[in-house]
Amino acid sequence: MGRRGVVASALSSVIILGAIFAIFWFAPGGPTVRYFFFNPHLMWQAFVGDPHQGLLSVGKGLVTNLWMFTLSEVLVLILGLLIAWVRLSQSPVLFPFRVLATMYTDVFRGVPVLLVMYMVGFGLPELNLGFISNQSPAVYGCAVLTISYSAYVAEVYRAGVLSVPHGQLLAARSVGLTHTATMRRVILPQAVRTVIPPLLNDFVSLQKDTALVSVLGAIEATRAAQIYGDTVFNFSGYTVAAVLFLLLTIPMTRFTDHLIAHDRNRRLAGT
Amino acid sequence: MTEVVLELAGVVKRFDENEVLRGVSITLHRHEVVCLIGASGSGKSTLLRCANLLETIDAGTISFLGQSLQDPRIDPDLVRHHIGMVFQSFNLFPHLSVLNNILIGPVYSLKRRRAEVREEALALLERIGLRDRADDYPDRLSGGQQQRVAIARSLAMRPTLLLLDEVTSALDPTLVGEVLDLLTDLAHQGTTMLIATHEMNFARDVANQVVYLDSGVLVEQGSPEEIFDHPKHQSTRNFLERVR
Ligand SMILES: Nc1ncnc2c1ncn2[C@@H]1O[C@H](COP(=O)(O)OP(=O)(O)OP(=O)(O)O)[C@@H](O)[C@H]1O
Ligand SMILES: [Mg+2]
Repeated sequence: MGRRGVVASALSSVIILGAIFAIFWFAPGGPTVRYFFFNPHLMWQAFVGDPHQGLLSVGKGLVTNLWMFTLSEVLVLILGLLIAWVRLSQSPVLFPFRVLATMYTDVFRGVPVLLVMYMVGFGLPELNLGFISNQSPAVYGCAVLTISYSAYVAEVYRAGVLSVPHGQLLAARSVGLTHTATMRRVILPQAVRTVIPPLLNDFVSLQKDTALVSVLGAIEATRAAQIYGDTVFNFSGYTVAAVLFLLLTIPMTRFTDHLIAHDRNRRLAGT
Repeated sequence: MTEVVLELAGVVKRFDENEVLRGVSITLHRHEVVCLIGASGSGKSTLLRCANLLETIDAGTISFLGQSLQDPRIDPDLVRHHIGMVFQSFNLFPHLSVLNNILIGPVYSLKRRRAEVREEALALLERIGLRDRADDYPDRLSGGQQQRVAIARSLAMRPTLLLLDEVTSALDPTLVGEVLDLLTDLAHQGTTMLIATHEMNFARDVANQVVYLDSGVLVEQGSPEEIFDHPKHQSTRNFLERVR
Protein backbone atom coordinates (compact mmCIF):
# COMPACT_ATOMS: atom_id res chain seq x y z
CA MET A 1 0.00 0.00 0.00
CA GLY A 2 1.50 3.34 -1.02
CA ARG A 3 1.19 6.67 0.78
CA ARG A 4 -1.96 7.59 -1.10
CA GLY A 5 -3.42 4.19 -0.22
CA VAL A 6 -2.77 4.76 3.47
CA VAL A 7 -4.39 8.21 3.37
CA ALA A 8 -7.39 6.89 1.45
CA SER A 9 -7.99 3.98 3.80
CA ALA A 10 -7.57 6.16 6.89
CA LEU A 11 -9.99 8.71 5.49
CA SER A 12 -12.62 6.12 4.57
CA SER A 13 -12.31 4.48 8.00
CA VAL A 14 -12.87 7.81 9.74
CA ILE A 15 -15.90 8.60 7.58
CA ILE A 16 -17.54 5.18 7.95
CA LEU A 17 -16.91 4.90 11.68
CA GLY A 18 -17.97 8.54 12.15
CA ALA A 19 -21.23 7.87 10.27
CA ILE A 20 -22.02 4.80 12.35
CA PHE A 21 -21.27 6.69 15.53
CA ALA A 22 -23.39 9.66 14.42
CA ILE A 23 -26.41 7.46 13.68
CA PHE A 24 -26.06 5.88 17.08
CA TRP A 25 -25.52 9.19 18.87
CA PHE A 26 -28.10 11.39 17.17
CA ALA A 27 -30.90 8.85 16.65
CA PRO A 28 -34.15 9.89 18.39
CA GLY A 29 -33.81 6.95 20.79
CA GLY A 30 -30.04 7.34 21.15
CA PRO A 31 -29.99 8.50 24.76
CA THR A 32 -32.40 5.73 25.77
CA VAL A 33 -30.27 3.03 24.13
CA ARG A 34 -27.15 4.49 25.75
CA TYR A 35 -28.80 4.42 29.11
CA PHE A 36 -30.15 0.87 28.82
CA PHE A 37 -27.17 -0.79 27.15
CA PHE A 38 -24.08 1.32 27.77
CA ASN A 39 -24.45 2.79 31.23
CA PRO A 40 -20.81 2.74 32.52
CA HIS A 41 -21.79 2.66 36.18
CA LEU A 42 -24.23 -0.21 35.73
CA MET A 43 -21.84 -2.05 33.42
CA TRP A 44 -19.26 -2.06 36.19
CA GLN A 45 -21.86 -3.15 38.72
CA ALA A 46 -22.95 -6.01 36.45
CA PHE A 47 -19.34 -7.03 35.94
CA VAL A 48 -18.46 -7.32 39.64
CA GLY A 49 -21.97 -8.15 40.96
CA ASP A 50 -23.54 -7.02 44.22
CA PRO A 51 -24.41 -9.72 46.77
CA HIS A 52 -26.54 -7.31 48.85
CA GLN A 53 -28.99 -6.84 45.96
CA GLY A 54 -28.78 -10.49 44.92
CA LEU A 55 -26.85 -9.49 41.77
CA LEU A 56 -24.50 -12.14 40.36
CA SER A 57 -21.22 -11.11 38.82
CA VAL A 58 -21.10 -11.48 35.03
CA GLY A 59 -17.32 -11.69 35.31
CA LYS A 60 -17.53 -14.62 37.70
CA GLY A 61 -20.13 -16.20 35.45
CA LEU A 62 -17.62 -16.15 32.66
CA VAL A 63 -15.36 -18.43 34.68
CA THR A 64 -18.04 -21.09 34.25
CA ASN A 65 -18.00 -20.55 30.47
CA LEU A 66 -14.22 -20.79 30.56
CA TRP A 67 -13.95 -24.14 32.25
CA MET A 68 -16.90 -25.48 30.29
CA PHE A 69 -15.34 -24.83 26.91
CA THR A 70 -11.88 -25.86 28.01
CA LEU A 71 -13.17 -29.21 29.21
CA SER A 72 -15.46 -29.67 26.19
CA GLU A 73 -12.73 -28.82 23.70
CA VAL A 74 -10.38 -31.44 25.13
CA LEU A 75 -13.16 -34.05 25.09
CA VAL A 76 -14.23 -33.04 21.58
CA LEU A 77 -10.69 -33.47 20.25
CA ILE A 78 -10.60 -37.02 21.60
CA LEU A 79 -14.15 -38.16 20.77
CA GLY A 80 -14.00 -36.52 17.33
CA LEU A 81 -10.77 -38.37 16.55
CA LEU A 82 -12.31 -41.66 17.63
CA ILE A 83 -15.37 -41.18 15.42
CA ALA A 84 -13.25 -40.08 12.45
CA TRP A 85 -10.98 -43.09 12.93
CA VAL A 86 -13.98 -45.43 12.87
CA ARG A 87 -15.44 -43.77 9.77
CA LEU A 88 -12.11 -44.00 7.96
CA SER A 89 -11.44 -47.61 8.96
CA GLN A 90 -11.48 -50.26 6.25
CA SER A 91 -11.80 -53.41 8.32
CA PRO A 92 -14.96 -55.45 7.63
CA VAL A 93 -15.21 -56.22 11.36
CA LEU A 94 -15.82 -52.54 12.09
CA PHE A 95 -18.69 -52.27 9.57
CA PRO A 96 -21.49 -51.84 12.16
CA PHE A 97 -19.42 -49.21 13.97
CA ARG A 98 -18.93 -47.35 10.71
CA VAL A 99 -22.70 -47.24 10.21
CA LEU A 100 -23.20 -45.99 13.77
CA ALA A 101 -20.49 -43.35 13.40
CA THR A 102 -22.04 -42.12 10.16
CA MET A 103 -25.47 -41.90 11.80
CA TYR A 104 -23.94 -40.07 14.74
CA THR A 105 -22.32 -37.39 12.59
CA ASP A 106 -25.50 -36.99 10.51
CA VAL A 107 -27.77 -36.65 13.53
CA PHE A 108 -25.71 -34.31 15.66
CA ARG A 109 -24.77 -32.00 12.84
CA GLY A 110 -28.48 -31.76 12.00
CA VAL A 111 -30.11 -31.18 15.39
CA PRO A 112 -29.70 -27.66 16.89
CA VAL A 113 -27.47 -27.63 19.97
CA LEU A 114 -30.23 -25.86 21.91
CA LEU A 115 -32.60 -28.81 21.41
CA VAL A 116 -29.95 -31.31 22.47
CA MET A 117 -29.42 -29.10 25.51
CA TYR A 118 -33.12 -29.39 26.47
CA MET A 119 -33.21 -33.13 25.87
CA VAL A 120 -30.10 -33.94 27.88
CA GLY A 121 -30.55 -31.25 30.53
CA PHE A 122 -34.17 -32.05 31.29
CA GLY A 123 -34.29 -35.65 30.12
CA LEU A 124 -31.39 -37.27 31.96
CA PRO A 125 -32.43 -36.06 35.47
CA GLU A 126 -35.88 -37.63 34.84
CA LEU A 127 -34.25 -41.01 34.30
CA ASN A 128 -33.48 -41.29 38.04
CA LEU A 129 -30.31 -43.13 37.18
CA GLY A 130 -28.14 -42.18 40.15
CA PHE A 131 -24.86 -40.73 38.93
CA ILE A 132 -26.17 -39.91 35.47
CA SER A 133 -29.20 -38.04 36.78
CA ASN A 134 -27.49 -36.07 39.55
CA GLN A 135 -25.18 -33.78 37.65
CA SER A 136 -25.17 -30.00 37.66
CA PRO A 137 -26.52 -28.11 34.64
CA ALA A 138 -22.97 -27.05 33.70
CA VAL A 139 -21.87 -30.68 33.52
CA TYR A 140 -24.84 -31.56 31.29
CA GLY A 141 -23.88 -28.52 29.25
CA CYS A 142 -20.35 -29.86 28.75
CA ALA A 143 -21.76 -33.25 27.78
CA VAL A 144 -24.04 -31.67 25.17
CA LEU A 145 -21.31 -29.49 23.69
CA THR A 146 -19.01 -32.50 23.54
CA ILE A 147 -21.66 -34.65 21.87
CA SER A 148 -22.67 -32.04 19.30
CA TYR A 149 -19.28 -30.65 18.46
CA SER A 150 -17.61 -34.06 18.20
CA ALA A 151 -19.80 -34.66 15.16
CA TYR A 152 -18.44 -31.53 13.45
CA VAL A 153 -14.86 -32.11 14.50
CA ALA A 154 -14.95 -35.75 13.37
CA GLU A 155 -15.87 -34.52 9.89
CA VAL A 156 -13.11 -31.93 9.99
CA TYR A 157 -10.55 -34.63 10.83
CA ARG A 158 -11.95 -36.92 8.16
CA ALA A 159 -11.83 -34.22 5.49
CA GLY A 160 -8.24 -33.51 6.51
CA VAL A 161 -7.18 -37.11 6.05
CA LEU A 162 -9.05 -37.40 2.75
CA SER A 163 -7.39 -34.22 1.49
CA VAL A 164 -4.02 -35.98 1.42
CA PRO A 165 -3.53 -37.35 -2.13
CA HIS A 166 -3.88 -41.12 -2.56
CA GLY A 167 -0.38 -41.27 -4.08
CA GLN A 168 1.06 -40.46 -0.66
CA LEU A 169 -0.47 -43.61 0.77
CA LEU A 170 0.75 -45.72 -2.16
CA ALA A 171 4.27 -44.30 -1.83
CA ALA A 172 4.35 -44.90 1.93
CA ARG A 173 3.15 -48.50 1.60
CA SER A 174 5.70 -49.04 -1.19
CA VAL A 175 8.60 -48.32 1.16
CA GLY A 176 7.20 -51.00 3.44
CA LEU A 177 5.43 -48.83 6.03
CA THR A 178 2.53 -50.53 7.80
CA HIS A 179 -0.93 -48.95 7.76
CA THR A 180 -0.35 -47.45 11.22
CA ALA A 181 3.11 -46.12 10.36
CA THR A 182 1.71 -44.64 7.13
CA MET A 183 -0.95 -42.78 9.10
CA ARG A 184 1.48 -41.61 11.72
CA ARG A 185 4.47 -40.62 9.55
CA VAL A 186 2.84 -39.57 6.28
CA ILE A 187 -0.91 -38.94 6.32
CA LEU A 188 -1.56 -37.27 9.68
CA PRO A 189 1.35 -34.80 9.54
CA GLN A 190 -0.03 -33.55 6.23
CA ALA A 191 -3.66 -33.63 7.37
CA VAL A 192 -2.95 -31.49 10.44
CA ARG A 193 -2.14 -28.46 8.32
CA THR A 194 -5.54 -28.55 6.59
CA VAL A 195 -7.39 -29.39 9.78
CA ILE A 196 -6.27 -26.64 12.13
CA PRO A 197 -8.12 -23.59 10.70
CA PRO A 198 -11.58 -25.26 10.49
CA LEU A 199 -10.96 -26.84 13.89
CA LEU A 200 -10.31 -23.44 15.47
CA ASN A 201 -13.45 -22.09 13.76
CA ASP A 202 -15.50 -24.81 15.39
CA PHE A 203 -13.90 -23.97 18.72
CA VAL A 204 -14.94 -20.34 18.40
CA SER A 205 -18.57 -21.38 17.95
CA LEU A 206 -18.25 -23.87 20.78
CA GLN A 207 -17.05 -21.09 23.07
CA LYS A 208 -20.08 -18.98 22.18
CA ASP A 209 -22.43 -21.91 22.58
CA THR A 210 -21.46 -22.30 26.24
CA ALA A 211 -24.02 -19.49 26.69
CA LEU A 212 -26.74 -22.03 25.84
CA VAL A 213 -26.42 -23.79 29.22
CA SER A 214 -28.20 -20.73 30.65
CA VAL A 215 -31.45 -22.43 29.53
CA LEU A 216 -30.71 -25.20 32.03
CA GLY A 217 -30.21 -22.62 34.79
CA ALA A 218 -26.43 -22.80 35.04
CA ILE A 219 -25.03 -19.51 36.25
CA GLU A 220 -22.66 -18.43 33.51
CA ALA A 221 -22.04 -14.99 32.03
CA THR A 222 -25.23 -14.75 29.95
CA ARG A 223 -27.43 -16.01 32.76
CA ALA A 224 -25.82 -13.59 35.27
CA ALA A 225 -26.45 -10.75 32.81
CA GLN A 226 -30.07 -11.84 32.44
CA ILE A 227 -30.59 -11.91 36.21
CA TYR A 228 -28.97 -8.50 36.43
CA GLY A 229 -31.28 -7.15 33.73
CA ASP A 230 -34.41 -8.60 35.36
CA THR A 231 -33.48 -7.12 38.74
CA VAL A 232 -32.21 -3.66 37.76
CA PHE A 233 -34.30 -3.24 34.58
CA ASN A 234 -31.22 -2.39 32.57
CA PHE A 235 -29.45 -4.35 29.82
CA SER A 236 -25.91 -3.10 30.41
CA GLY A 237 -25.06 -6.54 31.83
CA TYR A 238 -25.64 -8.07 28.38
CA THR A 239 -23.16 -5.62 26.90
CA VAL A 240 -20.62 -6.69 29.50
CA ALA A 241 -21.22 -10.36 28.64
CA ALA A 242 -20.88 -9.61 24.92
CA VAL A 243 -17.58 -7.79 25.45
CA LEU A 244 -16.23 -10.61 27.62
CA PHE A 245 -17.11 -13.21 24.97
CA LEU A 246 -15.39 -11.06 22.36
CA LEU A 247 -12.27 -10.88 24.49
CA LEU A 248 -12.24 -14.67 24.56
CA THR A 249 -12.96 -15.34 20.91
CA ILE A 250 -11.11 -12.54 19.12
CA PRO A 251 -7.60 -13.88 19.80
CA MET A 252 -8.75 -17.23 18.43
CA THR A 253 -10.43 -15.81 15.31
CA ARG A 254 -7.41 -13.56 14.58
CA PHE A 255 -5.06 -16.50 15.04
CA THR A 256 -7.18 -18.65 12.69
CA ASP A 257 -7.15 -15.97 10.00
CA HIS A 258 -3.41 -15.62 10.42
CA LEU A 259 -2.93 -19.37 9.91
CA ILE A 260 -5.15 -19.38 6.82
CA ALA A 261 -3.30 -16.42 5.28
CA HIS A 262 0.04 -18.00 6.13
CA ASP A 263 -0.95 -21.26 4.50
CA ARG A 264 -2.27 -19.45 1.43
CA ASN A 265 0.98 -17.50 1.03
CA ARG A 266 2.98 -20.68 1.38
CA ARG A 267 0.94 -22.32 -1.33
CA LEU A 268 1.25 -19.33 -3.65
CA ALA A 269 5.01 -19.13 -3.08
CA GLY A 270 5.75 -22.85 -3.23
CA THR A 271 5.51 -25.32 -6.11
CA MET B 1 19.48 -68.88 -16.65
CA THR B 2 19.72 -67.11 -13.27
CA GLU B 3 17.23 -67.19 -10.43
CA VAL B 4 13.61 -66.22 -11.10
CA VAL B 5 12.70 -63.08 -9.14
CA LEU B 6 9.11 -62.50 -10.18
CA GLU B 7 6.71 -64.83 -11.89
CA LEU B 8 3.19 -63.91 -12.91
CA ALA B 9 1.07 -66.82 -14.14
CA GLY B 10 -2.38 -66.27 -15.62
CA VAL B 11 -3.00 -63.15 -13.57
CA VAL B 12 -6.56 -61.80 -13.75
CA LYS B 13 -7.62 -58.53 -12.18
CA ARG B 14 -11.12 -57.07 -12.24
CA PHE B 15 -12.50 -53.76 -11.05
CA ASP B 16 -16.17 -54.69 -10.62
CA GLU B 17 -17.21 -55.91 -14.09
CA ASN B 18 -14.19 -54.40 -15.84
CA GLU B 19 -11.53 -57.05 -16.51
CA VAL B 20 -8.30 -55.08 -16.53
CA LEU B 21 -5.78 -57.94 -16.65
CA ARG B 22 -6.81 -61.07 -18.55
CA GLY B 23 -4.48 -63.93 -17.79
CA VAL B 24 -1.09 -62.23 -17.95
CA SER B 25 2.07 -64.36 -17.52
CA ILE B 26 5.51 -62.82 -17.22
CA THR B 27 8.79 -64.21 -15.85
CA LEU B 28 11.51 -61.90 -14.61
CA HIS B 29 15.02 -63.18 -13.76
CA ARG B 30 17.60 -61.57 -11.54
CA HIS B 31 19.50 -58.70 -13.24
CA GLU B 32 16.88 -58.60 -15.97
CA VAL B 33 15.01 -55.53 -17.18
CA VAL B 34 11.51 -56.04 -18.55
CA CYS B 35 9.69 -53.15 -20.21
CA LEU B 36 5.90 -53.05 -20.37
CA ILE B 37 4.48 -51.13 -23.28
CA GLY B 38 0.89 -50.56 -24.32
CA ALA B 39 -1.72 -47.87 -24.82
CA SER B 40 -3.18 -45.83 -22.00
CA GLY B 41 -5.61 -47.99 -20.04
CA SER B 42 -4.05 -51.27 -21.18
CA GLY B 43 -3.35 -52.23 -17.54
CA LYS B 44 0.35 -51.44 -17.03
CA SER B 45 -0.09 -49.57 -13.74
CA THR B 46 -2.51 -52.17 -12.46
CA LEU B 47 -0.06 -54.95 -13.23
CA LEU B 48 2.73 -53.19 -11.33
CA ARG B 49 0.47 -52.58 -8.34
CA CYS B 50 -0.56 -56.21 -8.25
CA ALA B 51 3.11 -57.18 -8.25
CA ASN B 52 3.76 -55.44 -4.94
CA LEU B 53 0.37 -56.29 -3.45
CA LEU B 54 -1.06 -52.78 -3.53
CA GLU B 55 -3.90 -54.54 -5.37
CA THR B 56 -5.17 -58.08 -4.88
CA ILE B 57 -5.64 -60.32 -7.90
CA ASP B 58 -8.77 -62.31 -8.82
CA ALA B 59 -7.13 -65.34 -10.43
CA GLY B 60 -3.70 -66.71 -11.28
CA THR B 61 -0.60 -66.54 -9.13
CA ILE B 62 2.26 -64.18 -8.52
CA SER B 63 5.38 -65.56 -6.93
CA PHE B 64 8.38 -63.67 -5.69
CA LEU B 65 11.67 -65.53 -5.25
CA GLY B 66 9.76 -68.78 -5.55
CA GLN B 67 7.26 -67.91 -2.83
CA SER B 68 3.58 -67.49 -3.72
CA LEU B 69 2.32 -64.05 -2.76
CA GLN B 70 -1.25 -65.39 -2.59
CA ASP B 71 -0.29 -67.48 0.42
CA PRO B 72 -2.39 -66.09 3.29
CA ARG B 73 0.60 -66.38 5.64
CA ILE B 74 2.48 -63.78 3.60
CA ASP B 75 2.78 -60.34 5.19
CA PRO B 76 2.41 -57.78 2.36
CA ASP B 77 4.33 -55.17 4.34
CA LEU B 78 7.34 -57.50 4.49
CA VAL B 79 7.10 -58.32 0.78
CA ARG B 80 7.26 -54.60 0.03
CA HIS B 81 10.56 -54.37 1.88
CA HIS B 82 12.03 -56.18 -1.11
CA ILE B 83 9.99 -54.66 -3.96
CA GLY B 84 10.42 -50.93 -4.55
CA MET B 85 8.08 -48.78 -6.59
CA VAL B 86 8.50 -45.44 -8.34
CA PHE B 87 5.48 -43.48 -9.58
CA GLN B 88 4.66 -41.26 -12.50
CA SER B 89 3.86 -38.36 -10.14
CA PHE B 90 6.90 -38.90 -7.86
CA ASN B 91 4.77 -38.87 -4.67
CA LEU B 92 7.58 -37.55 -2.52
CA PHE B 93 6.49 -36.71 1.02
CA PRO B 94 6.16 -32.91 0.95
CA HIS B 95 6.46 -32.49 4.72
CA LEU B 96 9.86 -34.22 4.86
CA SER B 97 13.25 -33.02 3.66
CA VAL B 98 14.92 -34.84 0.78
CA LEU B 99 17.12 -36.74 3.23
CA ASN B 100 14.18 -37.77 5.42
CA ASN B 101 12.24 -38.90 2.36
CA ILE B 102 15.05 -41.35 1.74
CA LEU B 103 15.44 -42.36 5.39
CA ILE B 104 11.77 -43.02 6.13
CA GLY B 105 11.74 -46.55 4.69
CA PRO B 106 14.96 -47.89 6.23
CA VAL B 107 14.23 -46.24 9.60
CA TYR B 108 10.51 -46.98 10.04
CA SER B 109 10.12 -50.17 7.98
CA LEU B 110 13.47 -51.87 8.41
CA LYS B 111 13.96 -50.36 11.90
CA ARG B 112 17.57 -49.56 11.15
CA ARG B 113 19.44 -46.91 13.13
CA ARG B 114 19.12 -43.45 11.61
CA ALA B 115 22.80 -42.60 12.12
CA GLU B 116 23.83 -45.71 10.27
CA VAL B 117 21.43 -45.25 7.33
CA ARG B 118 22.21 -41.55 7.04
CA GLU B 119 25.62 -42.24 5.52
CA GLU B 120 24.09 -44.59 2.95
CA ALA B 121 21.38 -42.06 2.13
CA LEU B 122 23.95 -39.32 1.60
CA ALA B 123 25.95 -41.66 -0.62
CA LEU B 124 22.79 -42.31 -2.66
CA LEU B 125 22.22 -38.57 -2.99
CA GLU B 126 25.81 -38.19 -4.10
CA ARG B 127 25.19 -40.81 -6.75
CA ILE B 128 22.13 -39.00 -8.15
CA GLY B 129 24.02 -35.69 -7.99
CA LEU B 130 21.85 -34.11 -5.30
CA ARG B 131 24.10 -34.35 -2.24
CA ASP B 132 23.83 -30.58 -1.66
CA ARG B 133 20.01 -30.68 -1.66
CA ALA B 134 19.69 -33.11 1.26
CA ASP B 135 18.04 -30.58 3.56
CA ASP B 136 15.74 -29.01 0.97
CA TYR B 137 12.05 -29.80 0.79
CA PRO B 138 10.74 -31.54 -2.35
CA ASP B 139 8.79 -28.50 -3.61
CA ARG B 140 12.13 -26.72 -4.06
CA LEU B 141 13.31 -29.28 -6.63
CA SER B 142 12.62 -29.58 -10.34
CA GLY B 143 10.52 -32.50 -11.57
CA GLY B 144 13.57 -34.38 -12.75
CA GLN B 145 15.31 -33.91 -9.43
CA GLN B 146 12.20 -35.00 -7.54
CA GLN B 147 11.95 -38.15 -9.61
CA ARG B 148 15.60 -38.95 -8.97
CA VAL B 149 15.01 -38.54 -5.25
CA ALA B 150 11.98 -40.84 -5.52
CA ILE B 151 14.20 -43.46 -7.17
CA ALA B 152 16.79 -43.01 -4.41
CA ARG B 153 14.02 -43.42 -1.82
CA SER B 154 13.22 -46.84 -3.30
CA LEU B 155 16.89 -47.82 -3.61
CA ALA B 156 17.49 -47.00 0.06
CA MET B 157 15.44 -50.10 0.90
CA ARG B 158 17.95 -52.16 -1.16
CA PRO B 159 15.10 -53.81 -3.04
CA THR B 160 15.49 -57.07 -4.92
CA LEU B 161 13.10 -55.77 -7.56
CA LEU B 162 12.23 -52.27 -8.65
CA LEU B 163 8.88 -51.43 -10.28
CA LEU B 164 8.76 -48.21 -12.28
CA ASP B 165 5.48 -46.77 -13.56
CA GLU B 166 5.96 -44.30 -16.42
CA VAL B 167 8.44 -42.39 -14.34
CA THR B 168 9.17 -39.81 -17.04
CA SER B 169 5.61 -39.14 -18.27
CA ALA B 170 5.01 -36.22 -15.94
CA LEU B 171 8.32 -34.56 -16.77
CA ASP B 172 9.16 -31.62 -18.94
CA PRO B 173 10.87 -33.07 -22.07
CA THR B 174 14.15 -31.37 -21.14
CA LEU B 175 14.22 -33.27 -17.83
CA VAL B 176 13.45 -36.75 -19.16
CA GLY B 177 17.09 -37.42 -20.05
CA GLU B 178 18.51 -37.13 -16.54
CA VAL B 179 16.03 -39.67 -15.19
CA LEU B 180 16.48 -42.13 -18.06
CA ASP B 181 20.27 -41.85 -17.64
CA LEU B 182 19.93 -42.85 -14.00
CA LEU B 183 17.75 -45.83 -14.93
CA THR B 184 20.22 -46.87 -17.62
CA ASP B 185 22.99 -46.79 -14.98
CA LEU B 186 20.89 -48.93 -12.68
CA ALA B 187 20.25 -51.40 -15.50
CA HIS B 188 23.98 -51.68 -16.23
CA GLN B 189 24.66 -52.34 -12.57
CA GLY B 190 22.32 -55.29 -12.73
CA THR B 191 19.26 -53.92 -10.94
CA THR B 192 16.23 -56.12 -11.60
CA MET B 193 13.48 -53.88 -12.95
CA LEU B 194 9.95 -54.06 -14.32
CA ILE B 195 9.33 -50.80 -16.15
CA ALA B 196 6.10 -49.46 -17.65
CA THR B 197 7.11 -46.87 -20.20
CA HIS B 198 6.16 -44.86 -23.26
CA GLU B 199 9.83 -44.19 -24.07
CA MET B 200 10.39 -46.71 -26.88
CA ASN B 201 14.03 -45.82 -27.54
CA PHE B 202 14.83 -46.25 -23.88
CA ALA B 203 13.05 -49.61 -23.83
CA ARG B 204 15.03 -50.72 -26.85
CA ASP B 205 18.30 -49.73 -25.13
CA VAL B 206 17.87 -51.23 -21.70
CA ALA B 207 15.25 -53.99 -21.91
CA ASN B 208 16.12 -57.68 -22.01
CA GLN B 209 12.48 -58.36 -22.72
CA VAL B 210 9.64 -56.19 -23.95
CA VAL B 211 6.02 -57.03 -23.18
CA TYR B 212 3.18 -55.54 -25.17
CA LEU B 213 -0.19 -55.30 -23.40
CA ASP B 214 -3.46 -54.48 -25.10
CA SER B 215 -6.64 -54.11 -23.00
CA GLY B 216 -5.25 -56.37 -20.32
CA VAL B 217 -4.13 -59.08 -22.72
CA LEU B 218 -0.46 -59.91 -23.13
CA VAL B 219 -0.32 -59.85 -26.92
CA GLU B 220 3.36 -60.34 -27.52
CA GLN B 221 6.65 -60.54 -25.68
CA GLY B 222 10.25 -60.92 -26.76
CA SER B 223 13.59 -59.21 -27.15
CA PRO B 224 13.54 -55.52 -28.14
CA GLU B 225 14.55 -56.52 -31.68
CA GLU B 226 11.68 -58.99 -31.94
CA ILE B 227 9.09 -56.52 -30.69
CA PHE B 228 10.28 -53.30 -32.27
CA ASP B 229 11.73 -54.59 -35.53
CA HIS B 230 9.71 -57.71 -36.25
CA PRO B 231 6.40 -57.51 -34.40
CA LYS B 232 4.28 -60.55 -35.17
CA HIS B 233 0.85 -59.19 -34.34
CA GLN B 234 -1.14 -56.56 -36.13
CA SER B 235 -2.16 -54.78 -32.92
CA THR B 236 1.51 -54.47 -31.87
CA ARG B 237 2.33 -52.98 -35.25
CA ASN B 238 -0.55 -50.53 -35.01
CA PHE B 239 0.52 -49.47 -31.55
CA LEU B 240 4.16 -48.94 -32.54
CA GLU B 241 3.00 -47.05 -35.62
CA ARG B 242 1.03 -44.68 -33.42
CA VAL B 243 3.78 -43.99 -30.88
CA ARG B 244 6.47 -43.37 -33.48
N1 LIG C 1 -8.83 -48.31 -8.74
C1 LIG C 1 -9.49 -48.55 -9.90
N2 LIG C 1 -10.83 -48.73 -9.90
C2 LIG C 1 -11.48 -48.98 -11.05
N3 LIG C 1 -10.91 -49.07 -12.24
C3 LIG C 1 -9.59 -48.91 -12.34
C4 LIG C 1 -8.81 -48.63 -11.15
N4 LIG C 1 -7.52 -48.50 -11.53
C5 LIG C 1 -7.49 -48.70 -12.87
N5 LIG C 1 -8.73 -48.94 -13.35
C6 LIG C 1 -9.06 -49.23 -14.76
O1 LIG C 1 -8.18 -50.23 -15.20
C7 LIG C 1 -7.82 -50.02 -16.55
C8 LIG C 1 -6.31 -50.08 -16.68
O2 LIG C 1 -5.75 -48.97 -15.98
P1 LIG C 1 -4.20 -48.77 -15.78
O3 LIG C 1 -4.03 -47.54 -14.99
O4 LIG C 1 -3.61 -50.03 -15.26
O5 LIG C 1 -3.70 -48.53 -17.27
P2 LIG C 1 -2.30 -48.03 -17.77
O6 LIG C 1 -1.88 -48.98 -18.81
O7 LIG C 1 -1.39 -47.82 -16.62
O8 LIG C 1 -2.64 -46.64 -18.45
P3 LIG C 1 -1.78 -45.29 -18.49
O9 LIG C 1 -0.81 -45.44 -19.62
O10 LIG C 1 -2.82 -44.24 -18.79
O11 LIG C 1 -1.15 -45.11 -17.16
C9 LIG C 1 -8.43 -48.70 -16.96
O12 LIG C 1 -9.58 -48.98 -17.71
C10 LIG C 1 -8.80 -48.05 -15.67
O13 LIG C 1 -9.96 -47.28 -15.83
MG1 LIG D 1 -0.51 -46.08 -15.75
